[in-house]
This record gives sequence, C-alpha cells and structure tokens, in this order.
Amino acid sequence: MLSREELTEIIRGIVPEAEFPEGTQLTEAIVPAGKLVELTEKLKADKQSAFDYLISHTAVDFNTHFMAVYHLTSTQHHHLLVVKVKIEERENPEIDTLAKVYPTSEFFEREVFDLFGIRYKNHPNLKRLFLEDDYGYPLRKDFKDEVNMIER
Amino acid sequence: MTPNLYDFSTLTGAIHEWLSGMMSPGWVTFTELVLIGLLFLLFFALLGLFLVYLERKVCAIIQNRVGPNRVGKWGLLQTIADLIKLLIKELIPIRKSDKFLFNLAPFIVIIASLMAMAALPFAKGLQAIDFNIGVFYVMAVSSLGVVGILLAGWSSNSKYSLIGAMRSGAQIVSYELSVGLSLLAIVVFSGSMQLSTIIESQADGWWLFKGHIPAFIAFIVFLIASTAEINRGPFDLAEAESELTAGFHTEYSGIKFAFFFLAEYINMFIVAAIAATVFLGGWMPLHIGNWEGFNQVMDFIPSIVWFFVKTFFIIYVIMWFKWTFPRLRIDQLLTLEWKYLLPVSLVNIVLIAFLVLMGWHF
Amino acid sequence: MTEEIIKDVIIGESEDYIINVGPQHPSTHGVLRFEVCLQGETVKYLIPHIGYIHRGIEKMCEAITYPQIIHLTDRMDYLSAHINNEAVCLCVENALQVEVPERVKYIRTILAELNRLASHQLWWSAFGMDLGALTTFFYGLRDREKILDIFEESFGSRLLHSFVMPGGLMHDVHPNFQKGIKEFIKYFRKKLPEYDQLLTGNVIFHQRAKGIGLMSKETAIAYGVTGPSGRGSGWSCDIRKIAPYSAYDKVQFNECLETEGDTFARYQVRMREMHESLSILEQLVDNIPEGDYTAKMKPIIKLPAGEFFQRVETARGELAVYIVSDGNKSPYRIKFRTPNFSNLFVMNTITSGYKIADLVAVSGSLDLVIPDIDR
Repeated sequence: MLSREELTEIIRGIVPEAEFPEGTQLTEAIVPAGKLVELTEKLKADKQSAFDYLISHTAVDFNTHFMAVYHLTSTQHHHLLVVKVKIEERENPEIDTLAKVYPTSEFFEREVFDLFGIRYKNHPNLKRLFLEDDYGYPLRKDFKDEVNMIER
Repeated sequence: MTPNLYDFSTLTGAIHEWLSGMMSPGWVTFTELVLIGLLFLLFFALLGLFLVYLERKVCAIIQNRVGPNRVGKWGLLQTIADLIKLLIKELIPIRKSDKFLFNLAPFIVIIASLMAMAALPFAKGLQAIDFNIGVFYVMAVSSLGVVGILLAGWSSNSKYSLIGAMRSGAQIVSYELSVGLSLLAIVVFSGSMQLSTIIESQADGWWLFKGHIPAFIAFIVFLIASTAEINRGPFDLAEAESELTAGFHTEYSGIKFAFFFLAEYINMFIVAAIAATVFLGGWMPLHIGNWEGFNQVMDFIPSIVWFFVKTFFIIYVIMWFKWTFPRLRIDQLLTLEWKYLLPVSLVNIVLIAFLVLMGWHF
Repeated sequence: MTEEIIKDVIIGESEDYIINVGPQHPSTHGVLRFEVCLQGETVKYLIPHIGYIHRGIEKMCEAITYPQIIHLTDRMDYLSAHINNEAVCLCVENALQVEVPERVKYIRTILAELNRLASHQLWWSAFGMDLGALTTFFYGLRDREKILDIFEESFGSRLLHSFVMPGGLMHDVHPNFQKGIKEFIKYFRKKLPEYDQLLTGNVIFHQRAKGIGLMSKETAIAYGVTGPSGRGSGWSCDIRKIAPYSAYDKVQFNECLETEGDTFARYQVRMREMHESLSILEQLVDNIPEGDYTAKMKPIIKLPAGEFFQRVETARGELAVYIVSDGNKSPYRIKFRTPNFSNLFVMNTITSGYKIADLVAVSGSLDLVIPDIDR
C-alpha cells in the first residue's frame, strides 16, 4: 500500500504536468487528456502501483467544463487513486477511451456518453446505453425537461 | 388360479347381449363403438382434470404449501374453474403463422394420447380392444404425439417455439428406443405382446419380482425414458420455462393450450398405466408363489382398484421427479440416452434372453 | 462486440439465428434484454440491452436532500436495500466527520448481514428455478420470510426500509430485535442443510453447474466483477475485509473464495457466505452496546464543498458512492457505482460457446438485479 506521497511521486514520473489538489479525501491527480491512456497503462503495468482495477468512471459537469473522473485501485495493494481529466470543450467534448486498458471502462464510457454526451475516441461500440438516440444529455447542468424534472 | 371376482366381462357381456337382442350385429358394433368412444372422452376429461389437481396437490406437499383449497371441498373444483377459464379465453391468432397446421397441432397431440388409451386394460375384462400386439400398438401410437409438437413449434412462427419443438423431436426420437427395449424385456419374459397375456403371466407374481435384476433394470430404464418421452421434468426441455418461456406451446392460448396441457397429463397416465401393466401386473392382485391364503385375501380387492393404485403410484413417482430435480441440458439429455440408457437396455435384453433360454426365471 | 457484428444485427443481413431473451422473460429476473445469437443451441455471442427501468436516480438526487436520497437508494438494488442506504450514510458521515455511536455501528452491521442473508436466500430460490428445480423457490422464500418479519417488527416495512439515516438510525430498534434474531439463527442453522440436500448434492445440478461460464480471475478484475461472482473466480474483493466499515473490524469472519470460476464456484461462495453471515450475526447480536441510536445531527445536512467516496460490500458486490458537493444541502453530482452494472457486461465473455440453457444458469449465478443496473 503506497502512501499519498509515493503515489504522487510515481505519477509525476510519468506525467510531469499533472496537478495534485490538496486536502482531498483520496489521492487525486488531474492529468491532461492526451496523457490519460499512457498514465493508466503505466500505472497498471508498474509492479509497485499495479492499478489493475477500475472501480468506476464517471464525469461531472462544472458548467464551464467537464471533469472525467476515474477511480482506480489495486487488487494487491488496495491503494486508491482518483485520476481526473478536464475537458474544456462543451459543444463536442472528446476524450480517449480506456477500453483497451480496462475492459469494464467500455460500459462506463457508454453510460457517460449517454448521460453527458462526451465522445470517446477509438471506443469499440459507442452507443447510448439507457436512453433513446434523440434524448438530450440529462446529467448536463443545462439540461431542461419541464415535465419530468425536479428543480433544485 | 385366476379369480372370477369382480370380473367386468360379465357386465360388458350382458350389455352386448342386451344390445344384440334389439338390433342387427352391424348396429350393435356401431353402438358399442359410440358408447366406448363417449365413455373414453368422458374418462379422458375427468382424468385430465383430476391429474392436474393431483399434481398441484403433490407439488404443494413437496413445497411446504397447501395447494388449491378455495374452490370446493379441498379445492377439488379448482381445475373445473380453470377449465371454464380456459374455455372462455380468447384464441389469439398469430400473424404469419401457418393457420392450418397451427390449429391442427393440438388435435394431433390429443388424438395420439386418446388412441393409446384404447388398448389399456383397466380391469379384468375391461379393455376396449385386446390387440395381439398391444405393447407394440401403444408404443407406436403414443409416439405420434411428437408430430403434433413439431407442427406446433414450426407453425407458430416463433423462434422459441421452434427451438422447443426441435428439442422435443430429438428427445422423443431418442428415448423411444429405450422405452421400446425396456418393454421388450417383459415381452421376452412373457412371450407375448398381447397385454392381457402379459397380465395373465403375472398371476403368480409381478414381473418386477419374478424377472430377477434384469426386470428391475428394465423398470428403472422405462421410468426414466418414459418420463423423458412425455416431456416432463427433469426432461421438460421442450417447454423449459426458464429458457424458452413455454417452448412449443408459447403462442397457444385458451382451449388449444388446454389441449396440450391435457395431453401432457394423459400421456403421463398412459405411461404410468403401461408401467403398471407390464411390470407391476396391471389389474392382477399381488400374488406370491404358493401362498394360497395370502393370494385369496388379495383377490378380494377389486382388480380396478389394483390397476389405479399401481398407476397412481407411478404417477406420483413421476411427479416427485419433476418437483425435486433440476432440468437437464439438451446435450446431457442425449448423452444420458445414447451413452447410458441404450447400452444398458441392450445388454439387459441379452441377459433376459439368456435367462429365459435357460428357464431360470420363476 | 466488433463493428461487423453490430452491423449484422441492425441491418439483419446475416444468417444468424437471433433470439431476444427478455425484456419479458422468466429468467432475466427483471426487464433486461439479451440479444442472443444462436448456432443450433450454442450461443455465438450475446449483447445486453438495458435501460428499460432507467429512472434517472442520479439526476433526481441532484435536486433533493441527503436524507431524501436514502429513500432513492433503496430502489437500486432492492434486495440489499439496507446496504445501499448504509453506503450513502457512511459517505455523508465521512464528509461531515461525524462519529456515530457504537450501538449504531453494531445494529447497522447486523442489519446488513440479515439483508445479505435474505438476498442470498432469494438468489438461491431463483437460481434453482432457473435450472428447473422449482421446489427451491418455496424453501428459500419460507426462510426469507423470517428475516422480513424481523425487519417488519423493527421498521414497519419489509423490503425497502430506509431505516438508516445520516448520523445513525431513524429510531431505535424494537425490544424484540435481539430475541428475534437469536431465534432466527437457531432456526436457520437447522434449515440451511436442507438447501444442500435439495440442490447442492444433486447430480444433475452438478452437471449443469460445473465447468459452465468459466471466468478467470483476470477477466473478473478486468470487467470489475465483484462480490460473490468475483470471489468465485478467486479474486479476493470483499470490501468488508479490504476497508472495514461499521462494525466489520470487530468481528471474525472468513472471506469465502473459490478458484474454479465456474457457475458452481459462484454458487458455493454464496452458500458459504450464508454460513459466514450467520456467524457474524452470532458474534454481534449479544454484544449490542447501550447508547443513543443516532449522533447529534443538524436539522439540515449540508456537506462541505469537496468530493467524497465510499465503498461498501452489498450482497452482489462492490457499491461505491461518489459525491461531489458544492456546500449545498443537495449534492452537486452523485454517482453510484453499482455492482450489477459491471457484473452484467461480463456475460458475453463468459457465455459465448455454451448452450442456451447455460446462459440461464450463468445469468442466475451472477445474481443480477436489473434496477441496480439501470438506476
């Protein structure tokens, strides 16, 4: 089980431009979109970190930008890591798929595509998962549905 | 040796003479045919209803439940209520189905099981036709039902139905062999295919006891194979509920569905009756060798009671199978037949032939 | 699922024999649809279609308060409703840095284990049904009724009890609570061997379950198949052991692992887990400390701005709750990583090449609850 500092060190070695927010519950790393696949591949292969299990992948809409969030853990060492990718583009957001690294990611990505409209490059089967094709992207904050939605 | 107590031939003979006194021989035959037909139809319907009720009660007991208990005393009228429901239900027409075959299929199934009943000896002197090839006839006719099942599956234009029908076809064709061979075992023992002769030959003990171990093996093989042949659990792949929803009768509704349902129960009765007749002496009371006193006591129980007690015992065993075992898979089903049951029955036949040749059976 | 397969299915040019298992089918246990391509009786490939019961729980949660969210989490995996509630509560308590009383921890753990038992009993019943052994259903439900009676006595509801609140419990348990559980343990210890007699030892069952739906440990990790299904493949993924929460650090229990990875291994894991759950209950039921049933909470719960993450072990696997808060009384974004979602999508990998009857057995052994997939 690696400590926060050790994890930070490993990630900095792979992606020097990564940011590490302070005061978070879990170790977090914000990496540029282009480096995501490389980082996860190396973290998975590295014996010390061995992040081989993607717990969950989701996205958050911060009105100005999207944040893709990956929760990773290791089945041997049980340390947790949150990898985040900032997507500035709102009209046509795009990000690389992790389906090759973590097969389970394929379906989390379909869910995110369905609910946020984030497209995944090189995804094997990018189709909507729950909703019809002409439905909006409900988890975006600007989504409006006068009939069915509860307002905050 | 054979007792004359409760002999139904006196009754049937009396009816025959009474009719002969009134009309010409041709008309007598015709009237008798109509009477027997009506009787069988009535018996068929009542038996079907009772077997459905019985199954529900037996399965309820096995599953720690009460079973039907609201309609009539102990729920006895429940199945009649069900029948009325089935009769007034809509017959849903299926688009793009083969209408003629779709409507024909339930009748083929039910006619096949009705025909098989003609040769069953219900009691001493109570048998519609005593063929000299009774065993052969029953087997031939009862396997006609599969044609109806195949037609039903094919004509309803549903993929589930088709899979169910194909499974059923493969299953019945395979298990027909084991059923035939295990019945052949007793045919070899008794030296006759006539059902009445087979029963007479068991006057001094049932073949299950007289025939040493080979007869017992044949009985077990018959029980397994015939359960498979009538598409009942654990061999109910043709209608495997959890896989194919309802298999070949998925698209049927109302009374057409009821026909399939009824035929399944009547078939169960038929195989149980054959098993009782061939292995357990049919209406013949339990006789043990030279125990005269014991045999005479047994003779006081009417033959029709003996027949139905034995039949319903085997029906209970078949129901017991269904409610305790998981279902087999199609490849396991065929493996069981071709790799185990068939070789076993073939070896068994050779053994029995040897036993009979040496005269070692009782 | 390659590009050409999808083309074939949609355009329908291929000669493949495709049947739809579901959305209304007795063995999918809910509104789930498998598009199954058959070759004879053999499954060539399978595409799951979901969304028939998608209610947008995550979107709804963005407009309601945390105590209200508890009631929505019940509706995800309705068979381990209590454990879902607990996940959100733990996450909220974690964010607020609230220390809940010991009594609450014990009662929560007891309830979670009772819920796990009830869930496994229902699974056992339904699994037998899937394989055609119809009697199992009534045996399982007979015993599950006893647990639901305990729930009803204490919380007034049997299935979706929303009894856990952020900070503690809704109210204290019924005075008969301990007595009821002790009676249940005694009762169920006697009844559990019946399960083995009816199904586990059956030859047909062994043939149907052994060597079917093989899932290697690597596959399980890659697809995130957690819970008893993952442990059947030898992956030690029990959150109760990895990151103990509530009172799991105070009890002795074994993580049930099987290495074969087939349907029978998954079955065995669940059967053994029932024994383990009983033993956890035995350790806890007599030692429930006296005290408050809830910690002091503010009337309106507002989480500090930030991100919070909590994993718990439900009856089907790992449930993770991820809350993004902006300091308001409702979450900015909440994500439920539900176990069944991941468990479902491994189906294509582990059923291809087996018979259609095995498809039913495998989906039964994964113990899918559809509302949990769709949310």
